[in-house]
Amino acid sequence: MRRSWVIIPLLLFLGLTALFLKTLSDKKTQQDLAVDPSALPSALIGKPVPFFELPSLDDPEQLISPDDLKGEVALINVWATWCPTCRAEHAYFNKLVERGVTIYGVNYKDESEAARRWLAELGNPYRLNIEDPQGSLGINLGVYGAPETFLIDAEGVIHYKYIGAVDDRVWNNELGPRYQALIDQEAQ
Amino acid sequence: MTTALMRRGWLLLMLLLAPVALAAIDTYEFETEEQRQRFYQVSGELRCPKCQNQNIADSDAPIATDLRREVHRMLMEGKDNREIIDFMVERYGDFVRYKPALSPATVVLWFGPAAMLLGGFIILIVMLRRRQRALREAAAHPLSKDEQQRLQSLLEREEDS
Repeated sequence: MRRSWVIIPLLLFLGLTALFLKTLSDKKTQQDLAVDPSALPSALIGKPVPFFELPSLDDPEQLISPDDLKGEVALINVWATWCPTCRAEHAYFNKLVERGVTIYGVNYKDESEAARRWLAELGNPYRLNIEDPQGSLGINLGVYGAPETFLIDAEGVIHYKYIGAVDDRVWNNELGPRYQALIDQEAQ
Repeated sequence: MTTALMRRGWLLLMLLLAPVALAAIDTYEFETEEQRQRFYQVSGELRCPKCQNQNIADSDAPIATDLRREVHRMLMEGKDNREIIDFMVERYGDFVRYKPALSPATVVLWFGPAAMLLGGFIILIVMLRRRQRALREAAAHPLSKDEQQRLQSLLEREEDS
């Protein structure tokens, strides 16, 4: 048939429809959408924590740099007292520390006094707390809100970032398994 | 009396319209007009990672303010537009570009529409040419007597049925 080509647009359309349907019903996509459709993947996965030199919240005389975060698989939690979601997840970090997880804090665009008061009141799960009043480390980490939680290995390489409050569900599904995988890797 | 009332009316209207004009405003100093233009150009091309349907020039989100400050800082340091955009992409991913970079993953995005338009034109031209050729051939070879008769009988049979 000479006119067989007229069905080409229809075939193209059907092909695209099939592709979109497949992607939409894909398990991975659905998981991503269920978590937060607007969450952006970090551009720093597989890269070391960017260089910084910032004072410690607990002791402003002490300067912290990425080298201080090396040695163990750990979480880096970006938090602030102005962030209600951070308050919501704080208790869970206290629990994680009890289970032996190392957590570093980045006190993001906050007031040191308020931050210290908050830690005194709610407990301090952070091994170190980096003061980032200008959000400069935040920008280098690609942070665009708080809370954000990074997973790093013992060499300080970023493996994952979770945006939003960490709770039981997030730990069990997103962070925990990746954390454990890194721990197992280090043990080998 | 009426003028006072009108004046009040105007005042009310302006107060109602005022919040609209409250879009992101900060004061940056530039050395040259060219720097100012580039600042608007670059911050207009960068998408705010927080409020994802705005560029950082329009957004009021704190992160957009911070990123505008970074753009300004880099401009004053003499970085070119490309370096500034690369800086943002390194940290926030390709997402922040309103104009996606040309890469194997975005070739279809960049050239797909033009290719489809071109394809449509080609198909159209081929169709028109074929039709013209058919018409020309028909004109060049008029039907013979036998063919005329056959055509006539075919048409009649069609009408009967």
